[in-house]
Amino acid sequence: MNTIPQTNGGNYAIEITNMNKWFGSFHVLRDINLQVQQGERIVICGPSGSGKSTLIRCINRLEEHQEGSIIVDGIELSNDLKKIDEIRREVGMCFQHFNLFPHLTILENCTLAPIWVRRMSKTEANEIAMSYLERVKIPDQALKYPGQLSGGQQQRVAIARALCMNPAVMLFDEPTSALDPEMIKEVLDVMVDLAEGGMTMICVTHEMGFARRVANRVIFMDEGQIVEQNEPEAFFTSPRNDRTKLFLSQILGH
Amino acid sequence: MNTESQQVWQPIPEKPPPSLSIGPVGWARKNLFSTPLDIALTVLGLYMIYVVASAILDWAVFNAVWRGTADDCREGSRACWPFIQAKWGQLIYGRYPLEERWRVDATMIIGVLAMIPMLIPAVPFKKVNAIFLFVVYPVIAFFLLLGGRFSLPLVETPLWGGLLVTLVTSIVGIVGSLPLGILLALGRRSDMPVVRMLSIGFIEFWRGIPLITVLFMASVMLPLFLPEGVTLDKLLRCLVGIALFSAAYLAEVVRGGLQAIPRGQYEAANALGLGYWRTMLLIILPQALRLVIPGIVNSFIALLKDTTLVLIVGLFDLLGIIQLSFTDPNWSTPNTANTGYFTAAVMFWCLCFSISRYSQFMERRLQTGHKR
Ligand SMILES: Nc1ncnc2c1ncn2[C@@H]1O[C@H](COP(=O)(O)OP(=O)(O)OP(=O)(O)O)[C@@H](O)[C@H]1O
Ligand SMILES: [Mg+2]
Repeated sequence: MNTIPQTNGGNYAIEITNMNKWFGSFHVLRDINLQVQQGERIVICGPSGSGKSTLIRCINRLEEHQEGSIIVDGIELSNDLKKIDEIRREVGMCFQHFNLFPHLTILENCTLAPIWVRRMSKTEANEIAMSYLERVKIPDQALKYPGQLSGGQQQRVAIARALCMNPAVMLFDEPTSALDPEMIKEVLDVMVDLAEGGMTMICVTHEMGFARRVANRVIFMDEGQIVEQNEPEAFFTSPRNDRTKLFLSQILGH
Repeated sequence: MNTESQQVWQPIPEKPPPSLSIGPVGWARKNLFSTPLDIALTVLGLYMIYVVASAILDWAVFNAVWRGTADDCREGSRACWPFIQAKWGQLIYGRYPLEERWRVDATMIIGVLAMIPMLIPAVPFKKVNAIFLFVVYPVIAFFLLLGGRFSLPLVETPLWGGLLVTLVTSIVGIVGSLPLGILLALGRRSDMPVVRMLSIGFIEFWRGIPLITVLFMASVMLPLFLPEGVTLDKLLRCLVGIALFSAAYLAEVVRGGLQAIPRGQYEAANALGLGYWRTMLLIILPQALRLVIPGIVNSFIALLKDTTLVLIVGLFDLLGIIQLSFTDPNWSTPNTANTGYFTAAVMFWCLCFSISRYSQFMERRLQTGHKR
């Protein structure tokens, strides 16, 4: 049974209050309120276009919100570039299409940010990178280029690359939805391992098995709003909202 | 369970690929002589190559005058190599004083020696090498060529000429225009309106006027605007003009490469905490420049050949000095001009072709597997 870790005096890893965002005149996120505690694992699901990606991309300022506040690790996101950099150092992100740097080797992909952002020495960065590549089970690919790896391997490299910055929070935007079924498992295994290590995680995913296994909380979004959130067991067995029921029947129905 | 009916899956063992080498005869039969039309075209093509090549070879090699004086070149239509031998020094150095020519040689030799290890990817110490080539070497070359310091007599730029001027203008043009072109391309895609407008204005201005106009303005008009007493060397003015002109073209080539980089690359870099300049220098530009190597090399080759235009403002590059040497009354023979132009063409072709081959080599080397 998953339990939400005890609050440490309202000191949230991520705290989003009354956040609104527009793309032009399109109101894409509406009155979002979300508190994430240290070590909490959250799964976000919802139909396509409901604003899941936009929400998590606001957390590390890949998208700018217009109203409300987002506080990450005690730092409030504003237009202050220094704060944005600070937050990005604390927040790792994995994308649907991996976005590895194709002109760098796997090892260089992993050491780039530690060397240039964290000012680590090359040997130290290499050591850390190799330890994370070992953790995602591909140390033997370190000297290859991303184009020479399978999708599942590339996504695991992307996870290792983010971990090398030693982030406090990891964001995942549909990390397995561009992968073949055989590769999905290898990526999910890495994510489960990460969750068991106590990482604070927010995952946009439709892998419900994964959600049941590791999530503390599942959030359902539609039309730019958080419609319902609950512990996974309750969320899947007794959804309260009609919209959630319909969605669950669609993705679990077959 | 019955073990006999149970099937064990076995992968098919690896085999070598079928041999494609069918020998030169087979290749020729397949590619050159497969149909009557093919045969006709092949024969026609070979015949044309034979006609053109034999005419050129007869003129330049077999019937050519190899030794002698101008008098030997007056008969017939054939290459007059003694003329080139007599003028060789001028072709390379222009009117650079005879006793100082070793300085040009030294500059070129140091340059080549520094360049070779730079161009061969396997040689280590690239950083030191690059610093020497791009920081130390220009200073050395400047003082060696111009002189006036370190007990080297001053050799004013109007005395420079020939291959020396061609190489100085094109190398300074190339080295100066690439960084400027990259900055302009980044500026044109900047979020800051002022930077963007300035970049667009600069690019469109320089692209909109012919190089000849630029050179005329640099050599004739610019001095009119300078305050009295201030003189800028004419060669320097042309160098700046050529570099700015070529930067505008390169900027557009580089912008094409920048546009080809997917947004995900910027996002991944930002998410890792890399700022604008690091994202550009470490992630975006290495990929974008790699994509546009053919376009950049195209611009470089065009620039190298365009330097011949400095002739019209009174600088004598390789082509200019060859034309100048036709006026020598001792060598007024019917074959002088042909031989001179032929030599210029061959020298330019060698320069351009080696740039082109090197870039193809680099392109292949920088391939890091396909993108997904
Ligand atoms: N840069 C943008 N400019 C304008 N509209 C955008 C932009 N990005 C996303 N949108 C719109 O915002 C809405 C939410 O997009 P978002 O990518 O967050 O959805 P999502 O829930 O992640 O969907 P999916 O499951 O398909 O990834 C969509 O209607 C989309 O069209
Ligand atoms: Mg999405």
